[in-house]
Amino acid sequence: MPSIRFRLNGVETAIDADPAQTLLSALRGALGLPGTHFGCGANECGACYVMVGDRAMASCDMPLWSVADKDVTTVEGLGDPDHPHPLQRAFIAEQAMQCGYCISGILVSAAALLKRNPAPTEADVRLALDRNLCRCGSHNRIVRAVLRAASEMAAS
Amino acid sequence: MSTPSPAPKLPVSLAANPRLSSWVSFARDGRVTISPGKVEIGQGIVTALAQIAADELDVDISRIEMIRASTAASPNEGVTSGSLSIQQSGRALRQVCAEVRQIFVATAANRLGVDQSALGIEDGTILGPGNVRTSYWELASDVSLDRDATASVAAKPIAARSVAGHSVQRIDIPDKVFARPRFIHDSPLAGMLHGRVLRPEISGAKLVALDEEAARRVAGLVAIVRDGSFAGVVSETEDGAEAALKALHRGATWSDGAPLPDEDDLAAFLKSQPVESTVIDTRTSTTPGKIARTIRRQYTRPYIAHASIAPSCAMAQWDGDRVRVWTHSQGVYLLRADLAIVLKLPAENITVEHMEGAGCYGHNAADDVALDAVLLARATNGRPVRVQWSRHDEMSHAPFGAAMAIEIEADLDAGNEIVGWRHSIWSNGHAARPGRAAQPALLAATEIANPYPRMISSNPPAANGGGGDRNSVPLYDFPAWTIASHRLLTMPVRTSALRTLGAQGNVFAIESLLDEIAALRGEDPIQFRLRHLRDERAKDVLRAAAARARWKPEKTSGVGYGVGLARYKNTGAYCAAIAEIEGADDIRVRRLTLAVDVGEAINPDGVSNQIEGGAIQATSWVLKERVRFDRARITSTSWTDYPILTFGEVPVVDVEIVQRPEIEPVGAGEAAHGPVTAAIANAVFDGLGVRVRDLPITRDRLIAAMELTS
Repeated sequence: MPSIRFRLNGVETAIDADPAQTLLSALRGALGLPGTHFGCGANECGACYVMVGDRAMASCDMPLWSVADKDVTTVEGLGDPDHPHPLQRAFIAEQAMQCGYCISGILVSAAALLKRNPAPTEADVRLALDRNLCRCGSHNRIVRAVLRAASEMAAS
Repeated sequence: MSTPSPAPKLPVSLAANPRLSSWVSFARDGRVTISPGKVEIGQGIVTALAQIAADELDVDISRIEMIRASTAASPNEGVTSGSLSIQQSGRALRQVCAEVRQIFVATAANRLGVDQSALGIEDGTILGPGNVRTSYWELASDVSLDRDATASVAAKPIAARSVAGHSVQRIDIPDKVFARPRFIHDSPLAGMLHGRVLRPEISGAKLVALDEEAARRVAGLVAIVRDGSFAGVVSETEDGAEAALKALHRGATWSDGAPLPDEDDLAAFLKSQPVESTVIDTRTSTTPGKIARTIRRQYTRPYIAHASIAPSCAMAQWDGDRVRVWTHSQGVYLLRADLAIVLKLPAENITVEHMEGAGCYGHNAADDVALDAVLLARATNGRPVRVQWSRHDEMSHAPFGAAMAIEIEADLDAGNEIVGWRHSIWSNGHAARPGRAAQPALLAATEIANPYPRMISSNPPAANGGGGDRNSVPLYDFPAWTIASHRLLTMPVRTSALRTLGAQGNVFAIESLLDEIAALRGEDPIQFRLRHLRDERAKDVLRAAAARARWKPEKTSGVGYGVGLARYKNTGAYCAAIAEIEGADDIRVRRLTLAVDVGEAINPDGVSNQIEGGAIQATSWVLKERVRFDRARITSTSWTDYPILTFGEVPVVDVEIVQRPEIEPVGAGEAAHGPVTAAIANAVFDGLGVRVRDLPITRDRLIAAMELTS
């Protein structure tokens, strides 16, 4: 099987896999990163979003070959308890979830938004997250958390 | 000898599981393990229970480790449903921890040679005069908790609680933010295989023939399992399982199915079926008012999907005639009971452990997929199998919340005051959970070669809040009423428990008609309700919501305001909702203002989170949701066909908690749906002048209602 190379959470990565395999399947399987979630398999819910370059995209219908030589960031790449991303701190501060299954995709969408627009309005945040579904109804807390992270990043 | 006084009463979960050691233990490393029978489903219950335990034991909450429910050791608390976890598990744990604390204080007093009353506990350290000290952990090996609760120890007074009643951060959230595996989906077992199950497109179709040839050629295939109409694949990889399933689909020949009802005339379908009729409640007036007119209205709600954001998932592993199952079911013991029936094994041979899934909002496919995994894992020589449903199957084969037709006749006197009220419900039952009958409720049990019949949904008894009839008895002081429930004895569309059971439909109907009668009288709808309420807590939430929403704002074109009120199950949380909507033919809910009374709020932010979430989910149900089907198959099998509310459509939600620390706590998860549904419908009338009595309130429904009005 061919080897596909890309940067995953800042680390040069090579994977021997069928180029048609989805990025989500590779992430959760061989690459051992289960934080990116399967929701629908049809790019309709946002649970599987990862950043490719600076854009949040569905990984459930993205073939591996399409990320060759690209930068891929998953929720695991945003931060960790010792070095949390401002969004991760803000989601804890705002208690911005109920079940949390959609949250990894939402963190990725929000991180992509803050990269291209460090000072979003509430409407900007809602628009940026409009393709991420949340079934528990935590939307408003999530929006507050993203705005909190943006202002924290602006202040630092 | 004196007669012993009657034993004080234990909370219900504790009466069923009185052994203290089944709830609490002290680990050597300064930690406390708490083992409830209720499970986390995104509602924050494990945090609230940890708060209660921390308070009663006087330990820092960070010392507490919450154990996931398992049939191996956990107390059997039935199912995590009905907004009862705080009520049942919370009360039990409060009593358990109070008793455990007392046992340790008594032991410490003995050991230290001081009077019990001189001892205090600070973060698990037991302190006395002259700096004498010991701790739970020092004493743990000398204190047996293998004894039953006695109810002879009182829990702390409210004023002495320092953790319960405060908005402690949820203990599961850091893992979810940092993507540390908590979900069953993300927790692979060593040597794990992947399974997928074949299900028909056509509702109720049987598998007539199966060509397995193509599936056998898929790389990584371990087994094809066939048992009657149940068929599935097991593969070394998840992609391999998906590919083999696809091949199996192409090789499957299905029989005709069972016809589905006409989706566009659900009321006619529901009213035409054989039913079991029950009079839920009657009230007669000794001084009947004179009836000047009777108004009769029919309300409907469609089938609603649980539509969890995660497809259902389970893992199973056999060892000889014993099987271990990992599941996000709401009731590990109940699932085990059904598995035992299907497998014809004693329950002791089956261990069912809970792991978190995504929010389920009731009985979804969590239990079904567990049996799928158990059946597929029989073919793997002891290797564990993980099965995950597809989005398509999650949206078409899992049980739905039951459609309802509700008819209310209100007798009015000459002044349009209500003198009689007749409320009738036609609906499938709202519960077909596993573990409660002699036959299993699991999908694959209806598919295997010696199949069990599909369990027709029933309704919980009225004493437990009822099912289709939930919240059908008015909170108001109407002089006379008859409430009747007609439960269908056929079930072409599979139904079971969805958040609130029948309460959403019944509250929608009652509160819509009240609004109509208030308008007929030219009376403010809140004043009208207050005039008919005797329960001060109900009045208080209504007044609180009204004050917070500055009821009633000036009328502006295209904007409407409406109110809804209920006490969930008529015994649980009180909730009043005020909706502000705008729009002409497409409705947008701009703001929801809610006031809620749950008694003691163990975690106020948690209560608020549940109410906000309930309000937003209800808005989604009201504006968008309806399971779609033709006469042969469910057609709403994707998020495109079954849209839910998105970030751009979500209203502002403003919640006020009416604090009642002196009153026993009740759950908050289902309080908002009914009131919000009614408030939105009433706001639509206020803004647009049309009554929509068929949910969801979509553009088509609005246009139809307008045509009816004009």
